[in-house]
Amino acid sequence: MGLSIIKPNSKIDFIGLRKYSVILSLALLLLGLGSLILHGGPKYGIDFSGGVLAQVRFDSAVQPQEIKDSLASAKLQGLSVQRFGDGDTEYLLRISSVGEVDKRLPEILKAQFGQSMPNNTFSIERLDMVGPKIGADLRSAALEALYFAVLLIAIYISGRFEQRWFTAGIMAAGLASGMYLLDLMGTPKQLQVLIAMLLTLGICWKLKLNFALGAVIALIHDVLITVGILSLLGKEFDLTIVAALLTIVGYSLNDTIIVFDRIRENIFQRTAPTYGEVINKAVNQTLSRTLLTSCTTMLVLVSLFLFGGGIIHDFALTLLVGVTVGTYSSIFVASPVLYAFSPNEIPEEEVESHNHADGTV
Amino acid sequence: MREGLRWRLLVAIFVLVVGVVYALPSIPAIGTSPIKKFLPEEKVSLGLDLQGGIHLVLGVDVDKALSTNLSLMGQDIRTVAREDKIFILQPRLVQGEKLEFVLLKSSQKEALDALLEKSFNRLDAESTVLDNKKVRYTLTYTPEYRKYVADLTLDQAVKTIRNRVDQFGVAEPDIRKQQDYRIQVQLPGLTDTERAIKIIGKTAHLEFKMVREGVDPAKAAKGIVPPGTEAMQQMHRNPDGTYSESVIVLNKNAALTGDTISDARVAYDKFNKPYVAITFNSSGSRRFEELTGENVKKRMAIVLDGKVYSAPVIQEKIRGGRASISGSFTTEEAHDLAIVLRAGSLPAPVKILEERSVGPSLGQESIDQGITATLIGGALVMIFMMIYYGFSGVIANVVLLMNIVFIVAGLAAFGATLTLPGIAGIILTLGMAVDANVIIFERIREELRRGLTPFKAVDEGFSSATLTIFDANVTTLLAAIILYQFGTGPIRGFAVTLSLGILASMFTAIFCARIIFGLWINGKPGRKLSI
Repeated sequence: MGLSIIKPNSKIDFIGLRKYSVILSLALLLLGLGSLILHGGPKYGIDFSGGVLAQVRFDSAVQPQEIKDSLASAKLQGLSVQRFGDGDTEYLLRISSVGEVDKRLPEILKAQFGQSMPNNTFSIERLDMVGPKIGADLRSAALEALYFAVLLIAIYISGRFEQRWFTAGIMAAGLASGMYLLDLMGTPKQLQVLIAMLLTLGICWKLKLNFALGAVIALIHDVLITVGILSLLGKEFDLTIVAALLTIVGYSLNDTIIVFDRIRENIFQRTAPTYGEVINKAVNQTLSRTLLTSCTTMLVLVSLFLFGGGIIHDFALTLLVGVTVGTYSSIFVASPVLYAFSPNEIPEEEVESHNHADGTV
Repeated sequence: MREGLRWRLLVAIFVLVVGVVYALPSIPAIGTSPIKKFLPEEKVSLGLDLQGGIHLVLGVDVDKALSTNLSLMGQDIRTVAREDKIFILQPRLVQGEKLEFVLLKSSQKEALDALLEKSFNRLDAESTVLDNKKVRYTLTYTPEYRKYVADLTLDQAVKTIRNRVDQFGVAEPDIRKQQDYRIQVQLPGLTDTERAIKIIGKTAHLEFKMVREGVDPAKAAKGIVPPGTEAMQQMHRNPDGTYSESVIVLNKNAALTGDTISDARVAYDKFNKPYVAITFNSSGSRRFEELTGENVKKRMAIVLDGKVYSAPVIQEKIRGGRASISGSFTTEEAHDLAIVLRAGSLPAPVKILEERSVGPSLGQESIDQGITATLIGGALVMIFMMIYYGFSGVIANVVLLMNIVFIVAGLAAFGATLTLPGIAGIILTLGMAVDANVIIFERIREELRRGLTPFKAVDEGFSSATLTIFDANVTTLLAAIILYQFGTGPIRGFAVTLSLGILASMFTAIFCARIIFGLWINGKPGRKLSI
C-alpha cells in the first residue's frame, strides 16, 4: 500500500475539540465582520458599483504620478491608478464615472496622454464600463444566486439524507411565497435575501432537518469568512469573485456531504452507540480523503494563482481561502452542528426504517 | 474475462473515441490540417475575453418611443377628424404617456367618440365636458397596445443595430434582446472599438420639429419656455472645424420622425457643400407634404440625437417625399450620417449601459497564461497521485486525461464558449476531478485493511463510494447550474466547464476507472494491489 498522511484507524476526538473550533470560527467571523463594518460594507468593483476600468499599456515606463498629473485636467471622478503586473508599463485606471457624458474614456485618454506624453504611445488593452443601473442589477442577481444555491442544496440534502422530500418541498414552497410577498412589498434585495436566509435556517431547525442545517450553517460560515478575509485584504468584489464564492459553496458542500454520507452509513450500521461517537468515527474515516482532495485542489489553485495571469489572480486567491475554510468547516463545523441538534442515543426505528426502505444495509 | 467487463469496455472505448473526435478540431494544429474534413465542424469557440472584441449592453429608451408614437397619433387624430369637419385643438402630451386635446363643440362629441372607436380603439379615451361647451379628451395606451408598441420598438432597434453592424463586416456578431428593453451586442475579434461604438451607439434619432419664434433667447437659455415647447442647442460649425452652440426653442412634439426614411445619401449643393438627401417612404411623404403645406414661411428644425443641425424656413409645400439635411457638415460626417440613416434610425434613443472590450493581444496573453497554469497544475496533481497511490494513481491519471478530453469535446459539441474563467473552471476541475478517485481509493484501502482480497476490495470500494460521489457532486452541480442561470458571459463559461467537469469526472472515476481495475486484477488471484 502506498503512502498515507493519516494513519489508518486514527481516533481524533473532533466532537471534543468543538469548543476550540467555535472560538476559532467566531474569531474569524468577527474579524471579517469588523473589517466589513470598518470599510462600510464590501468594496464593490465596477461590476457592482458601476464605473469604468481601463487597463492601459505604455511603450516605455511611466510613474503612477505622471498618469495622475496628465489626467488631472480631465476631471475624472474617483480616479485611481494602480500598477498591473511587474514593471512600470501597465496600469489599471478606475473611474467612478466619466465627467462629461458625451465623451468616452478612450477619447479622453488619447487626448490627455497625447498631450502630456507625446513620445510614449499607449494602448487600451481592456476596457470595462458598467452603468449604475446594470451594476445594481448584477448585485441583486448575485445575491439571489447565492441564496438559491443555499436553498436548493438544503432541499436536496433533506431529501437525500433524511428521506424527507415532502418536508423539504413544503419549505421550498413556503420560502418561495415569502420571497414573492417581500418582493411585492418592495423590500430591498439585500434585506430580502437576508430574511430568506434566516428563514431557511429557522425552518430547517423547526422541521428538524438536521443534516441540512449543518450543511447550510457550514457553507454560510465559509462564505462569510471568505468574504471577511477578502475585505481584510482590501480586495474588490466583482462578478468573478461571486463565481468563486459559488464554487466555494459547491466545494464546501461536497466536502461536508462526504462526511455526512459516512455518518449516515455508520448510523444505519450502528457502528457506535451514541451520535457523538458515530460522528467522530465518520470524520476520522473520511479525514485522509478530505485532506488529500484539498491538497490536489490547492496544488492547481496555487498554479492558477502564480501562473494564471493578473486577471484571474483574485479569483484564485478567493478559492484558495475558500477551499481552506471549506476543508476546516467540513471537519470542525458541519459535524459538530449536526451533533448539537441530534438526540444523544440513536433511535432504533431509524435503523429499522432504513432497512425497510432499501431492503439492504 | 467476464461478459460484463467486455461490454463496459466497449462502451468506454466508444465514448472515448467520440470524445476524441469532437475534441480534436479545437486543437489549433489539427483545426487547420487536412484531416479536418473527417472531423465534426464544431469546435470550442473562444469568448471575447480570449480572442478580443467588444461586448455592449444597450438600453433602449422605450418610454421616449412610446410618447413620440402617441404624439404622432395625436396628429393623425386631428387630421382624420378634420376630414369629418370635427375641429379639435392641437393635441399635446402630458406626463409622458397621456395625450390631451380639446373638442371645440360639445355637439360633436358623439361623432368624435364614434370616430375614435372606429379608427383609434387601441387607445383608451376619457372625456370631460368643460363649462364652456368644450370637451376635454385624455387618451392613453391600452396595456396590450402599449406592450405591442414597446416590443415593436425593441425589435426595430435590434434590426437597426444588426444593419449597422453589417456595415463593418464582423465575423460572428451576436445581437440579442435582453430583459428590461436591453440589447446585448457582441462583436468578437473586432479591434476598432472606437468606430464600432460610434456607429452602433449613434442613435441617429431624427426628428422634425417646428420652431417657436419670438421667445426671449436669454430666458430660453435659463430653461424658461412656453408650455409645450423646449429649448435645444443648435450646432453651428465654425471654419476651424469646431462647433459652437446657440439656443433655439422648438415644439416639444415631433412633427415627423426619421423612421419614415427609406433612403439617405450624400449630395452637394451649388457651393459644393455636402448635405444628406433623404427620401421618405409613402406614409412619411404624405405627412411631410401636409406638414410643409401647413407651415409655409415657418421654420422647421432638423433634430438629430437631441441636437439641432439646421432650421430652414419652409418655402412651399414639398411633394414627392424628398428632403435634405444640411448642417454645415464635413463630407465625412455627412457620409457617416447617411450610413446610419440608411441602416435605419433607431426608433428610440439608446444608451450604452455596459461596455467591455478586450484587445486581441491581451486575449492571446490570457490563453497562454491559462494553458501554462493548466499544464503546471495538471502535472503537479498527476505527480502527487502517482507518488501517493502508486499504480492506482497512474489509473487515476489516465482517467484524468480522459476527463480533459471529455470537457473539451463537450464544450465543442454543445457550442459553448470558452472564456478565461472557463479555463479557470477546467483547472479547478482538475483538482476536484481526482476527488472521486480519492474517495474510491480510500475505500478500497479500508476494505483491504479489513482483510478482503484485492478483487473483493475493489468491488466493495467502488460500490460503496458510488453513492457518496453522486451525492457530493449533485450539490456542486446545483451550484454550477445556478451560476449559469444568473451569470453573464464569462461567468456562464465558468459554469459550463464546471458542470461538464463534474459530469465527466463522475463518468471516468466510477465507470472507466473500474474497467481498468477490472482488467488489471481480473483472473489473477495472487496479484497485489498497488494503491
